[in-house]
Amino acid sequence: MDPDLTKPWALPEEFLKRTFALINSDKDRNSASLVCKDWYNAERFSRRHVSIRNCYSVSPEIVAARFPGIRSVTLKGKPRFSDFNLVPEDWGADVQSWLSVFAAAYPFLEELRLKRMAVSDESLEYLAMNFHGFKALSLLSCDGFSTIGLEAIVTHCKNLTELDLQENGIDDLGGDWLSYVPENLTSLEVLNFAALDSEVSFDALESLVSRCKSLRVLKVNRKISLDQLRRLIELAPKLTELGTGSFAEDLVSSSVTELESAFSKCRDLHTLSGFWDVTLLYLPVIFPVCGNLTFLNLSYATLGAIELECILTRCKSLRRLWVLDTVGDEGLEMVGSCCPLLEELRVFPADPFNQELGVTESGFLSVSNGCPNLHYVLYFCQRMTNAAVATVAQNCPNFTHFRLCIMSPGEPDYLTNEPMDEAFGAIVKTCPNLRRLSVSGRLTDLAFEYIGNHAKNLETFSVAFAGTSDLGMEYVMRGCPKLRRVEIRDCPFGDNALLSGLAQYESMRSLWMSACNVTTDGCKKLADEMPRLNVEVIKDDGGEDGSADKVYIYRTVAGPRTDAPPFVVTL
Amino acid sequence: MSISIEEHDYIGLSEVNMEKKACEVANNNKDLNLKATELRLGLPGSESPEREAVNGGVIKNLVAGAKRGFSDTINGGSGKWVFSVNGGSEVDLVKNGGGLFSCSKVENMNSGLGVGSVKESAVLASPKPVLLEKKVQVSANSSNGQTSAPAPKQQVVGWPPIRSFRKNTMAVSHTKNEEETDGKMGSGCLYVKVSMDGAPYLRKVDLEIYSSYLDLSSALEKMFSCFTIGQYGSHGAPTRDGLSESRLMDLLHGSEYVLTYEDKDGDWMLVGDVPWDMFIRSCKRMRIMKSSDAIGLAPRAMEKCRNRT
Repeated sequence: MDPDLTKPWALPEEFLKRTFALINSDKDRNSASLVCKDWYNAERFSRRHVSIRNCYSVSPEIVAARFPGIRSVTLKGKPRFSDFNLVPEDWGADVQSWLSVFAAAYPFLEELRLKRMAVSDESLEYLAMNFHGFKALSLLSCDGFSTIGLEAIVTHCKNLTELDLQENGIDDLGGDWLSYVPENLTSLEVLNFAALDSEVSFDALESLVSRCKSLRVLKVNRKISLDQLRRLIELAPKLTELGTGSFAEDLVSSSVTELESAFSKCRDLHTLSGFWDVTLLYLPVIFPVCGNLTFLNLSYATLGAIELECILTRCKSLRRLWVLDTVGDEGLEMVGSCCPLLEELRVFPADPFNQELGVTESGFLSVSNGCPNLHYVLYFCQRMTNAAVATVAQNCPNFTHFRLCIMSPGEPDYLTNEPMDEAFGAIVKTCPNLRRLSVSGRLTDLAFEYIGNHAKNLETFSVAFAGTSDLGMEYVMRGCPKLRRVEIRDCPFGDNALLSGLAQYESMRSLWMSACNVTTDGCKKLADEMPRLNVEVIKDDGGEDGSADKVYIYRTVAGPRTDAPPFVVTL
Repeated sequence: MSISIEEHDYIGLSEVNMEKKACEVANNNKDLNLKATELRLGLPGSESPEREAVNGGVIKNLVAGAKRGFSDTINGGSGKWVFSVNGGSEVDLVKNGGGLFSCSKVENMNSGLGVGSVKESAVLASPKPVLLEKKVQVSANSSNGQTSAPAPKQQVVGWPPIRSFRKNTMAVSHTKNEEETDGKMGSGCLYVKVSMDGAPYLRKVDLEIYSSYLDLSSALEKMFSCFTIGQYGSHGAPTRDGLSESRLMDLLHGSEYVLTYEDKDGDWMLVGDVPWDMFIRSCKRMRIMKSSDAIGLAPRAMEKCRNRT
């Protein structure tokens, strides 16, 4: 491709190539590729990583045709509500069709990160056998595979650097898979099997950790004892992230001092997780590393306020904290007073159906008082008040992600019995950078009016059991120009609401609506108007004809799905 | 009873229905006799709301934390039972133990009550709708020092929005000695690996889902057909009437591959020699191997079989 000398602004190809090779941000690349044909080509040849956030928005053939030099792929499949069992099994998002194309187009593929994809053992075996330089596999919230697939990966991927398994629907048939890692594999940098149940061979694990000198992330499962953990961290003091396994105090022969000493050698440790069965007895062994921690994930540890305080008083640098609501409002007071630099807080429910336990608006207020830098919150609670949320917004105007889940559907402000409209109104009015919002509680259309009027940077919006009429959804669809992903369940929004978003859907990734008032006619109308959208209705057994119980709408350049199961109807 | 039984799949009822229900609810409130004969969601012997004052613990749970108790809403007569057109007050029901959640989607409907009766009784049911597996949480909560079981809520599919992994994990944490009920490790699944000489893939099969060697062999045939060159052959009419072992014998005699399995003692045996039940109990893994490698297996299998019986 010679520079066109009639265009004085044309840059030499070599210059473009080298410049583009330096650009890592996908967003920047996407923008640059729109400038002119030369830039488009320079960009596409130099791109090494591609993120496909909806696997049906494009086909693997199209990706392979545009980007010939890809080494790393991120692929996301099912709608997020599939995490909560709202999407039937066998819906799709099978990774195999991608792998088959990639085997020919990207034989040098090194990294694959999958989220909510259907992955079979056969696909894992296929991956292991067809990509000889393959290095890094990350699976989050995927399902369809078992530990047999893992065997194939560890057996055949001679350059494996990363195996990261998080919260997948994996068939755990035993811990043998780890023993299949070849003796001569020393390249591992990331190993996360925390979410697997079965015991692995500790000898194999120990040997692996010992010989992989670049290992930086190790997250072991619940079957690993404290003694074993100690052995592992003694072998790998350079770890930056550690998942501790059970941390149970039973049958531990190491003394507290010995364990503490082992931890104290891990000077690079900045992320800790695990602690499934931790008690106050052995908790102090992590004190030496608390000062350096930036991310502490205690969301599987049933700790109380006292234990939490113990740790947090030493965690001055903490930026991200995930806890269970067993710590209660008192625990959250500790958070507020000990962690001034906190940016992200996630509070998960230990027992969602028990109204007596958990956290309330009081805990939320305490955190906001002490942590002005808070910008990401996920908060599961049994009750909330408008006033508290308004104060939280005042204290923390930098929210980018605000996800409040009041666990009883349609729950009002428990003090005033008013809807929670003002709470979310306060958030959207006070936080101009808000990109993600999940609402809950009893909400009328007013809440949505606030959102539509003020949340101008909103990209992701989730709503359940809320709203009073079509107007609610219309406010948001018309008022928020940057919407990317909208998920709605159990709201009284019908066809008019659906159609109000016409102008938006092509610039959005997807819309999910379930258990609303949408009909197949309405969907058909939308489909007719917008040929570049896939308007899919998921048929429920026993649903009335005419009503569209589950609707998934997304933009695509790949046309209607060719692999849709019979219960997915594209209109 | 004049409450209509309807399926709804979200909380917001239509305007017409809401007003209708408001009247019905108000009527039922005043009619104690009807209540006495009504179907309930509670445990056998659980009290109606009015009588719950006797069972003090329950009231405590309801009233604690400044939540309006069930008795307040009944006795207060402050109109909170009345559905507003805007669908406000159905929340009261929701809070007071079950309400009108999407019944068509309610998970784990307990005690065999149909959807219809749930809708009826949910309105005035005891605020302790018991979901059988929630006993798990009930006992856990007792161990937390509570004197009585708190009111577990009815479950709506996918709510609250927590991933299954977390839900399953916390369930295990709460009842440490209770076996995981997701079926993967419990009875009901008997996964064994099946490998085939020359094939790059392993498969796994759940032996529990097959009832005979015939089933198993068809399934395996389907799974591995891409690797055989028609070696399983055509089966025509079974020469031995009904004996499923015959098919595998056909494989043995007629084809390049045989199906073998490793039993609990670690020995490799030919599949088909022992009765099906004995087979699934002793099979650890299977291997489709070349006939030439399988020489010598048959006699050993018979030997073992004789020793067992």
